Amino acid sequence: MSARAKPEPVQVVKERRDAALRALVHGVPYIQFLGIEFDRRGDELTALLPFDDKLIGNPMLPAIHGGVTAAFLEVTAIIELSWSLVWDEMESGRLDPRKLDPSHLPRLPKTIDFTVDYLRTGLPRDAYARARLNRSGRRYASVHVEAWQDNRSRLFAQGTGHFLMPERDARPDG
Amino acid sequence: MDDRKLKAARQFIEAIPHSRALGMVLDTLEDGVAVISMPYDARFVGDPQTGVIHGGAVSALMDSCSGAAVMSHPTGVIGTATIDLRIDYMRPARPGDRITARAECYHVTRAVAFVRATAHDADTDRPVATATGAFTLERAKEARA
Repeated sequence: MSARAKPEPVQVVKERRDAALRALVHGVPYIQFLGIEFDRRGDELTALLPFDDKLIGNPMLPAIHGGVTAAFLEVTAIIELSWSLVWDEMESGRLDPRKLDPSHLPRLPKTIDFTVDYLRTGLPRDAYARARLNRSGRRYASVHVEAWQDNRSRLFAQGTGHFLMPERDARPDG
Repeated sequence: MDDRKLKAARQFIEAIPHSRALGMVLDTLEDGVAVISMPYDARFVGDPQTGVIHGGAVSALMDSCSGAAVMSHPTGVIGTATIDLRIDYMRPARPGDRITARAECYHVTRAVAFVRATAHDADTDRPVATATGAFTLERAKEARA
């Protein structure tokens, strides 16, 4: 009877996945500029935009700038899409997250178009977003994103974008 | 628009915290047409391997410029908010170049303004991105429905 390989310790698995996500998110200057972070549960991501005065677009209300909302949704879509590519590569052992640094990031998808629906005023508090890959093909992807603040069921914005996928063999780690 | 009004509008737009954070400058504003530009800044990069500005920063520029175009429409607009905005990305903006957006509020109804916008870098012949959007309209002395 051959002994089955012991499963990896949970901390090792977690650390590998978190390191990959950190490299992906922290490698993009504009994501850092806006202060967006990602919370991970298994492969599910939730984007978090902590409120900051520099995000204000209407000082009278005050309200979050529409451009910030658009950027938050687009960042969430791109990271979700990139994460799905990284996840498969990482879990199959083809990609070593320890080799990911700002100069060795996976190639990012390129936005073809992005449409934002502004449903409610963005209030001066933290915002959250989740993206869903409605289609993720070899060349093109269609992604839907929902963003909310206090109540998950009361969206303040939603968006849909189309993306051109990175070429597979152009990845640095081969 | 005379210089005094342009100066006031410029101060208003450049006082918006996020517009200021992105270094936006109002170049011209006249009867429903706005031109706003933004410098290249390494903090706004979306792809560290190429140094290209993130689409989100271009979206913020397009949104600001479109809102300014609506506000300058010559029918007494006192307030506006974005209903929806669609951006098409034609090509990456050249790293190092300033990005300039021009938005035109080409039609208004009682409650809605329709806007289209174009953004380009130093190469003014080939747009970086285009946008179309619908905006709410609030006018002075008009009873709210």
